[in-house]
Amino acid sequence: MEALVSIIIGVLTSCGVYLTLRGHTFPVVLGLTFLSYAVNLFLLVMGRLTIGSPPIIAEGMSGYADPLPQALVLTAIVISFAMTAFVIVLALKAHLEMGNDHVDGKHKS
Amino acid sequence: MNLSLVALTPFLGAIFVALISRMGRLHAAWGAGAVAFLALAILSPLMADTFAGQVFVQRISWMPMLGLDIVFRLDGLGLLFALMILCIGLLIILYARYYLSEHDDMGRFYAYLLLFMGSMLGIVLSEHIIQMLIFWELTSLSSFLLISYWQTRQESRTGARMALAVTGGGGLALLGGFLLLGEIVGSYELSVILASADIIQSHSLYLPMLVLVLLGAFTKSAQFPFHFWLPNAMAAPTPVSAYLHSATMVKAGVFLLARMFPALSGTPEWFWLVCITGLTTLVFGAYIAMFKDDLKGLLAYSTISHLGLITLLFGIGTPLAAVAGVFHIINHAIFKASLFMAAGIIHHETGTRDMRVLSGLWKYMPHTALLAMVAAASMAGVPLFNGFLSKEMFFAETLFVINEPWGWLLPTAATMAGIFAVAYSLRFIHTVFFHGEPTDLPKKPHEPPRWMKVPVEILVFLCLLVGIFPALTVEPILAVAAASVLQGPLPPHDLAIWHGFNTALIMSIIALTGGVLAYLGRRPLAAFQVRIDKRLEFKRLFDYLLRQLFKFSGKVTRALDTHSLQRMVFAFIFFVLVLGTTGFMGSEFTLTGDRVLLPIDGVSALMTLIIVTAAIGSVVMHRQRLIALILLGAVGLGVALVFVKFSAPDLALTQLSVEVVTVVLILLALYFLPQRSPKESSTLLRSRDAVIATAAGGGVAVLVWAVLTRPYQSISDYFLEHSLPGGGGTNVVNVILVDFRGYDTLGEITVLALAGLGIYAMLDRLQLSGSLHDSEDRPWDKDMHPVIMASFARLLLPLALLVSMYILLRGHNLPGGGFIAGLVTAVALVMQYLANGVTWTQERLPTNMHVVIGAGLLIATITGIASWLFGYPFLTSTFSHIHWPLIGEFELASAMAFDLGVYLVVVGATMLILIYLGLVHSQSHLSHVRKRIR
Repeated sequence: MEALVSIIIGVLTSCGVYLTLRGHTFPVVLGLTFLSYAVNLFLLVMGRLTIGSPPIIAEGMSGYADPLPQALVLTAIVISFAMTAFVIVLALKAHLEMGNDHVDGKHKS
Repeated sequence: MNLSLVALTPFLGAIFVALISRMGRLHAAWGAGAVAFLALAILSPLMADTFAGQVFVQRISWMPMLGLDIVFRLDGLGLLFALMILCIGLLIILYARYYLSEHDDMGRFYAYLLLFMGSMLGIVLSEHIIQMLIFWELTSLSSFLLISYWQTRQESRTGARMALAVTGGGGLALLGGFLLLGEIVGSYELSVILASADIIQSHSLYLPMLVLVLLGAFTKSAQFPFHFWLPNAMAAPTPVSAYLHSATMVKAGVFLLARMFPALSGTPEWFWLVCITGLTTLVFGAYIAMFKDDLKGLLAYSTISHLGLITLLFGIGTPLAAVAGVFHIINHAIFKASLFMAAGIIHHETGTRDMRVLSGLWKYMPHTALLAMVAAASMAGVPLFNGFLSKEMFFAETLFVINEPWGWLLPTAATMAGIFAVAYSLRFIHTVFFHGEPTDLPKKPHEPPRWMKVPVEILVFLCLLVGIFPALTVEPILAVAAASVLQGPLPPHDLAIWHGFNTALIMSIIALTGGVLAYLGRRPLAAFQVRIDKRLEFKRLFDYLLRQLFKFSGKVTRALDTHSLQRMVFAFIFFVLVLGTTGFMGSEFTLTGDRVLLPIDGVSALMTLIIVTAAIGSVVMHRQRLIALILLGAVGLGVALVFVKFSAPDLALTQLSVEVVTVVLILLALYFLPQRSPKESSTLLRSRDAVIATAAGGGVAVLVWAVLTRPYQSISDYFLEHSLPGGGGTNVVNVILVDFRGYDTLGEITVLALAGLGIYAMLDRLQLSGSLHDSEDRPWDKDMHPVIMASFARLLLPLALLVSMYILLRGHNLPGGGFIAGLVTAVALVMQYLANGVTWTQERLPTNMHVVIGAGLLIATITGIASWLFGYPFLTSTFSHIHWPLIGEFELASAMAFDLGVYLVVVGATMLILIYLGLVHSQSHLSHVRKRIR
């Protein structure tokens, strides 16, 4: 299972990096979203993989998944949504004022 | 013990004054006076004991384990300065009321002035030296605001910037010095530092520390060669000059010398550094002052010279010299403030400060002339006035080295400076008030308003009183201040006008007669000065250095910033990779640890395949934007499933709902952006990006593998153990969010609120127009809101809201909570916009989300503050169980109120973002549709 998780996080990171290196705003936004998926998963699994024991206190449970990374990631998901929204609106504004959607506000030949 | 309040009152008062000035411009002056008076009143109960030699220390515990507390200290020296700051401040407030014209914003002026007053009080009342430094920098900042008060004038802005650059730079040096000092002594508190002279002076870092501290003091007190900012700061309104540049701000430097005197003085390093600087400044300032045509320019250089005198006295370092230094601080503040105010009156009533134009004002303003003459006589050191007393003590102290080789140099230079001082004082009085009839004045001169003269009269009266009856008036405060400078017994001193016919008196006589002669023979001297004037222009050197600095930083920026995000991001990722890999080089590193691995099952393998395929597909097809977005959504759902798999139900719920809003958001944006990305990069560039992306992904994968295969120790046991008994909830993730780490969550929702407001600011009144066709060139469907979808969405709304409420309420014990509930509510509301259109929904739902965000933040903060009322730290939560009929056992936790705040902020911010983007969207879309119908 650890291998699968490593692969998922690795692929998401690759996709994110490749897309953030593009020259137009839209792929960069997608890339940032991919990167935030990767980072959130990465943070979560730092508490190691646990199956079937969510951190909800109950009688008769022997162990729980690490709640701390989960708490971190929960807010991170919401914040990264806010950040994505901010970048998108910035891209729109730049598109309006520059007349194109290149990240540097100019077209390269 | 309300010592801290003395320093804090002016800060609070600044806000108060800025507010009440809206109701009438004179309110600000009255308000500022009241605030200064209040601070004085808070200080007064402590005065009697301080005069008796007691030292008050008030400690407000902040981070005791790091030795960081907020500590205030009141001793004799602090009391002397606090009294000067407050009393002269009161006079300045009265004076400025008449000085400022109708067009000047009084609220802003007095608010800045109070800010400055508070900062200055902070310096002189601080026990902790880092705290002192913070106030020190605050004086630099507030003086910047005051000097640049007339913002539209070029000279105000450059003068203010120069003052800030020089004193701010000195402040940085002082920070370095204080850090070294604190490390040497092992404490940052004055009580310890002042008693550790031996440790400090024998330490190997003594010299660098001393140089840094002195740099701070010398820049603040305008010592040569840093003096040039003071004349340029004369662009400030005159009340500011009278306050900052005679009595307070520039005295901060010599205050520091006095404060650190017991700890740092007594070494040859101290003697040479401080004496040479002081002596140079004393003679240089007095010399230049003789040739300044601007009244305030003359006073500025005279101030520089007098500050040099005080510095020199502390440099000499004998106990009696220190007493004389403190005495001259008092005297100089009194006569120089009154002279500045007199200069301001002259400027105010004649329209000019240029001594080449001013003359013969005696006839028109005899009262002001008399006041200025007394103050100028004091400045020159004429007997019967206060300046004479401390100057004669100074002359006497310069004689202590007379038997050393070159020892005659010091008294000679001191006498020279005395001659210059007499000459420029004489010039001030003679050219302005006599010297023929005034011609070509911009205004017809007359006496100023009655109350404008009162502050000058009070100060001038003090000049005389101290000058004639020193032992009766100034002795008690001088004694207690000097005692705390010396931290020991006072040397025998005698404040009297007549000490017999001694060398100091001869020096005074030489200075007085020499000064008169120098003034009479000023023409050849001035001709000589004109020739060397250009070389003494330090402002040009400063400007040159500043230009060079700008050029240099411009070069650095251009070299680093390529104006291309792509290249910068590439460089960033590249260096992260390089750093990451080099870290592992050369170390014994095994990839796989010894943790027992979980077995792979078929479903998981399939899911991985789907996520990976969708992600790669999204990248491959990223130029067809809609398809790329759909695939991104698939990946997001996959990630939510991963959360489910690995025991994170809260995360899965959050991820699911965020996914919906994110996709809606990007879809909205996509309408305005081009439907396809053009093919932009060459194959080479794309391969380069692919290589580095693969490397980055590979690196992360390896890292994850390495971590996951190793066992670890978590700090979470604490949270798991205390969640139920301490936090009253079984859902540990939620308890961490709203209870254990509630303060972090408060910060996070604030960020969310700010992002929402930032987006609102960008979108407000934004006129965008989207395309008329989709990427296949088909026009949009005319049926924008299909009936079936609209009806279902309306039916679903109450259900969805009910679900979100349920999720909110159960969050403390089962997966859910404010974040998730907020997102679910947002999704339910957004559905209405999507299905029924913006117009329909806006008529039925509130659109003003600012209120919701504000309410959320307020509720969360108030929940936190409420625990103060019960004597607990911020955001301590409490809970109890209540039995409700019908419903049964019900838990009520204060954390739930906090969670409600979180909920409201999340709903508000999400809706704010989506509604405003939707509004822009709908305007554009409707206008297209209307066009087509026509």
